[in-house]
Amino acid sequence: MPPPLPASGIELAGVAKSYGSVEAVRGVDISVEPGETVALLGPNGAGKSTTIDMLLGLLAPDRGDVRVFGRAPGDAVAAGDVGAMLQTGSLLRDLTVRELVTMMASLYPEPLGVDEAIELVGLQSIASQRTQKLSGGQTQRVRFALALVTNPALLVLDEPTVAMDVESRHAFWTTMRELAGSGKTIFFATHYLEEADDYADRAILMARGEIVADGPTTEIKAMVGTRTIRATLPDAPLERLERLPGVAGAERRGEAVVLRCTDSDAAIRGLLAAFPDARDIEITGAGLEEAFLELTTGTA
Amino acid sequence: MTYVRYELVRTFRNRRFVVLSLGFPLVLYFLIAGPNRHVRNLGDSGLSAPLYFMVGLVAFGSMNAVLGAGARIANERSVGWNRQLRLTPLSPRTYFRTKVLTGYALAACTLALLYVAGATMGVHLAAGNWVKMTLQILVGLVPFAALAIWLGHTLNVDSVGPTVGGITALFSFLGGVWFPITNGVLRDLAEALPSYWLVQAAHIGLGGAGWGARGWLVDGVWTVALAALAVRAYRRDTGRA
Repeated sequence: MPPPLPASGIELAGVAKSYGSVEAVRGVDISVEPGETVALLGPNGAGKSTTIDMLLGLLAPDRGDVRVFGRAPGDAVAAGDVGAMLQTGSLLRDLTVRELVTMMASLYPEPLGVDEAIELVGLQSIASQRTQKLSGGQTQRVRFALALVTNPALLVLDEPTVAMDVESRHAFWTTMRELAGSGKTIFFATHYLEEADDYADRAILMARGEIVADGPTTEIKAMVGTRTIRATLPDAPLERLERLPGVAGAERRGEAVVLRCTDSDAAIRGLLAAFPDARDIEITGAGLEEAFLELTTGTA
Repeated sequence: MTYVRYELVRTFRNRRFVVLSLGFPLVLYFLIAGPNRHVRNLGDSGLSAPLYFMVGLVAFGSMNAVLGAGARIANERSVGWNRQLRLTPLSPRTYFRTKVLTGYALAACTLALLYVAGATMGVHLAAGNWVKMTLQILVGLVPFAALAIWLGHTLNVDSVGPTVGGITALFSFLGGVWFPITNGVLRDLAEALPSYWLVQAAHIGLGGAGWGARGWLVDGVWTVALAALAVRAYRRDTGRA
C-alpha cells in the first residue's frame, strides 16, 4: 500500500553553492508537487549533481533553503521518505544481490518486498550472484533496485542511465513509467533531452549553475528547437536570421549558417524568401542533442 | 537486526582476511610461547610464559581485528557506499555500532582460538577468572575501536592498511606484547599506552586485582581523545564526501 502523500513536495529557494571560486549553483528555485515526475536537464557541469546533493542533504547550501515534504532534507532521509540512486558508487562486496537488497530494505520503515524489487528491475537471474562479479550494467541495475526497495515517497535519480546499455535503459524506463503512475514523486537528472521528454511531466533546464527554463517538456522543446537547417550563406547577418519565423537560434560556422528551428517548414520558406541565394541546404531532425547543448553552453 | 547480520556475513565471507587475521596470531603464539612453555615467571612479570604470551597475542590479534574496521570503513568510503548509506535512515550511531560490533566479533574469535591454544600449552585458570580476564580485555579494546573509526574516516583506502599494520606493531612492541617491559623509561612509556593494559589483563587471569586506577585512567583518556578525533573526522568527512 503506498504511503499517504505528504502535503508539500520539494522546495528549493534561492539555493547556491560554490567550490572555492567556482560557483556551481547560483541561486536556483525549484518547486515540485507531490506525485510529479520532474527532469533536471542540462549538460555536464551545469550544476545538476550539486543541486541533487543539496536536495538530498549530502551537501549544505551556502545560501538558500531546501525543504523535502516540509522538512530539512536530513530529517526526510532519516524518516525513510527518500530513496536515491546517485551517479557514482559501487556496491558492497561479499554479498549476493538478494542479500544486499535485503540489507537495504531492512533500513526502511515500509520497504517493498525484496522479491518484488528484484523482479521490477529484472534481476532474478543474477539474484544469487556476489556483487563483485557483476558487469557495469548489472551493477547499475542493482543500484536501481536498492533505490526502489526503499519504497520512498520521493525517488531521486542522478543520471540513472549513464552506464546502462540500450536494453537496460529500456527496461529501466519501463519500470519508471509504472512507478510514476503509482503516485511517487520522482526527480531525476539527465543530459538526454529525449529521456526528459518521454518520461517527465516537466523539465527544468539548467546551465552554468542557473535555471534556464522550467516548464512542460513541450515548451522546452520549442525553446531548444527540434530541427536544424544548415545552409551556405556567407554574408547574412545572424540577427536577421534569428528573426525568421520558426527559428529559435542561429549560429555561423565559416561560410555556413546553422538555424535551430521550432518550425522548420516556416523557417525554410522564410529563409528562401529573405535570402534567395542560400544554397547547399540541409534540414536535419537529429540535431536535438546538439541544439540543446548550444542552448545551454551559453553561445546564444 | 538484518543490517548487522549481513555486515557480519560479509566480513566473515572474506576468507583471506579472516584466515589471516585469525591465523597469524595463532602461529605467532606457538612460535613464541612454544619454546618457553615451561617458564613460570617470565621476565619477572609474575606470569607464566604461556599465559603472558597468550594474552599478549590476544592483545595483538584483537587490536588488529578491531582496527580492521578502519580498513573496511576506508574501503566503503572509496566505493561510495558511505554516501549511499547517508541517504538511508541508518543513523551514524547504528553505523558505528555495526562497525564496532563486527570488529569485536572478529576479536572474540581471536580470543577463543588463543584461549584454546593457551590451554594446550598448560594455561589453567579458574572459570570465573577466564570470564573476568575476557571482560577486561574487551573493555581494553574500546580505545582501539575509536581509533579504527578515526583512521577509517581520515585515511584513504591505500594508506589505511600500512598505517593499521604500523600502529599495531608499534603499540604491540611498546605495550609489551612480545616481552615484558621492566626497565624505567620504556616502562613509563608502556604504562601510558592502552596496549600495555590489554596485556596486563592477564594478571586478572591469576586472580590479580586488575588494572587499578592507573589502567582505567590511561584507557579512559585514550578513549575520550580518540573518540573526539573520530567524531571530528566523521563530521568533516561527511560534510562534503
